[in-house]
Amino acid sequence: MSTRVYIARDAAARSVGADRVATALAAAATAAGRDVDIVRTGSRGLLWLEPLVEVETPAGRVAYGPVDAREVAALVTAGLLDGAPHALNVGPIERHPYFAGQERVVFARCGLDQPTDLDACVARGGFRGLRRALEMAPGAVVDAVRDAGLRGRGGAGFPTGIKWRTVLDQQHPRKYIVCNADEGDSGTFSDRMLMEGDPYCLIEGMIIAAHAVGASQGYVYLRSEYPDAHRTLADAIARARAAGYLGADVLGSGLAFDIDIRLGAGAYICGEETSLLDSLEGKRGQVRAKPPLPAIEGAFGCPTVVNNVITLASVPAIAEHGAAWYHDHGTGRSRGTLPLQLAGNIRHGGLVEKAFGVTLRELLYDYGGGSLSGRPIKAVQVGGPLGAWLPEAAFDTPIDYEAFVAAGGMLGHGGIVVVDDTMNMADMARYAFEFCAIESCGKCTPCRIGSTRGVEVVDRLRAGDRREASLELLHDLCHTMRNGSLCALGGLTPDPVESALKHFPEDFALHPATGATGTTG
Amino acid sequence: MTTEPAATGGADHDPDDDTLLDRVFDAVGERPDLLLEIFHAVQHARGYVDAALVPRIADRLNLSRADVHGALSFYPDFARTAAPRHVLKLCRAEACQSVGAVALAEHARTRLACDFHEAAADGRVLLEPVYCLGNCACAPAVMLDDELHGRVDNARLDALLDDLGSDGA
Ligand SMILES: Cc1cc2nc3c(=O)[nH]c(=O)nc-3n(C[C@H](O)[C@H](O)[C@H](O)COP(=O)(O)O)c2cc1C
Ligand code: SF4
Ligand code: FES
Repeated sequence: MSTRVYIARDAAARSVGADRVATALAAAATAAGRDVDIVRTGSRGLLWLEPLVEVETPAGRVAYGPVDAREVAALVTAGLLDGAPHALNVGPIERHPYFAGQERVVFARCGLDQPTDLDACVARGGFRGLRRALEMAPGAVVDAVRDAGLRGRGGAGFPTGIKWRTVLDQQHPRKYIVCNADEGDSGTFSDRMLMEGDPYCLIEGMIIAAHAVGASQGYVYLRSEYPDAHRTLADAIARARAAGYLGADVLGSGLAFDIDIRLGAGAYICGEETSLLDSLEGKRGQVRAKPPLPAIEGAFGCPTVVNNVITLASVPAIAEHGAAWYHDHGTGRSRGTLPLQLAGNIRHGGLVEKAFGVTLRELLYDYGGGSLSGRPIKAVQVGGPLGAWLPEAAFDTPIDYEAFVAAGGMLGHGGIVVVDDTMNMADMARYAFEFCAIESCGKCTPCRIGSTRGVEVVDRLRAGDRREASLELLHDLCHTMRNGSLCALGGLTPDPVESALKHFPEDFALHPATGATGTTG
Repeated sequence: MTTEPAATGGADHDPDDDTLLDRVFDAVGERPDLLLEIFHAVQHARGYVDAALVPRIADRLNLSRADVHGALSFYPDFARTAAPRHVLKLCRAEACQSVGAVALAEHARTRLACDFHEAAADGRVLLEPVYCLGNCACAPAVMLDDELHGRVDNARLDALLDDLGSDGA
């Protein structure tokens, strides 16, 4: 009888050698006279343990990690294929403390099966939400999403039900569902992991959205930096179409809906929804003034739902289990679950899906295990490159949209970047300006020019050049960018800058004569 | 960029261009909203999007040359001159910085003897900055010709670059 072994084909797992481990395992099994069936799955999200190998045993799936391809033969000899004890044996993932405490809703299936195996997905409850939604009137689906309290996971936290209601109410023969899969924020990878690990969850969410608002065409605007996600999603869409989930008559319901993928081309600003829509139409990705809202005049001038991957992927569970069930998770006005991403200088980096309300400190220490370097955590940046740097004093902030605003930050897409005490925060402030200058779409002067000025001012400040005047200039510049920018790239770049300065003023003190800023290029 | 345009791309009415565009339009479709997909397909086939193609793409899609050029030049992904055979994209964003990406970039520039946006001294590798590859829990991250690598230190980067040498490329 053959032994089933699971190894992730997620890009992060592959980036640290999962393919080599799979090859080595097949060879070692053959050498040992054992028959193995290697299933390549999404990642379970315990990324510091990748490459992770899970072996099916009578007692369940037993995991080993991180496995080096060169150790595989020895591991097989030591009894890996029977789940034998070993220093790398971490037991069943479901009982691992990192996993056991999670509330997996969006990521419930991720890592369990071959990601585009449609039968396996359906056997685990895939498309049940869609079947229920198709039995409901479109307005009732929109109401359920509103009552669930779902808010946009792409950054702004806008109530999804309200957006959908606006699109539903438009009398227009053509409407679109656009999935924002541009995921440009440093520290974020949940969109990627979901598209690679359970693409049907996103597809199902998009079909439900189409039914809810009356859309006939969907697009996934996917960043080009994700070739693995592209392959998996394209494969899944083709299989879903062949099985009747997409096309002229979705599951015999009369709904006509199909999905195409459009690739981005390396511009961060194309994650901003109006810029994204221009890019989707084949144009330069420049930000448009709002109004008109995309919900009223979006893709090709038609009413359009633009939602993040995780927002859309949260919808199947709401449709299946009901608004009240979803709303029971979370706290305050932040309902449901958020897949948080622990990144950077953190010992246990990975994906932690939790109901809102868990604190930053629990995530950093109980899940994350502290810094990777073993040094004190100095600060974290939550919500991507436009998020404020939060010091230790803010670590008791709960994961909650309003609580983060009160703490001077933002939750954004739920990415948490950790830095230790060797990081100089003036370097990070300088980098924030530099990033803004590189990625500015060029439409407004404060963003385009101000960001470059900002780099110079930080340099002058650190050179000790007219310190008081430079400080004043820096704040003026931030003020101008905040108030004179059309979108959040220019408007929020001051947040990481001023938070770094506020919490770590000593890092902006006179710089050693080397002139090295630590940031290059 | 420091490299010269390839000989095949310079001519004004290269029949190869027509063949290429026919193939691309067949595969991708011939609509203005597919412009980025068309650029991607051209770049995939040829390694870059030659300026000589701009007027032809514009004619076929009924767009102005300014529109096509405007879009082409807006996106960092598209090379407009012949690029070296290999591209090393090194992540410079925050999560990678937190575990040594700045030093790694320094090492890459020394080893390749070039700056970002430039080709290595031997002309075979283009060094590009990138701002997050979605591998932030296994940082620092680099992408070498569409292959993602994580937990990259100087030694691993050297090994990756050494491997390029061994395939005779
Ligand atoms: C500079 C900038 C970059 C953005 N990048 C992304 C992104 O990569 N992914 C995303 O989903 N939303 C991004 N957004 C937010 C989108 O504009 C938009 O709010 C979101 O796609 C709406 O979907 P949601 O309501 O489901 O969050 C960005 C916004 C700005 C200002
Ligand atoms: S703030 Fe910057 S990125 Fe946003 S619209 Fe203005 S110039 Fe473009
Ligand atoms: S910050 Fe480098 S991969 Fe995300």
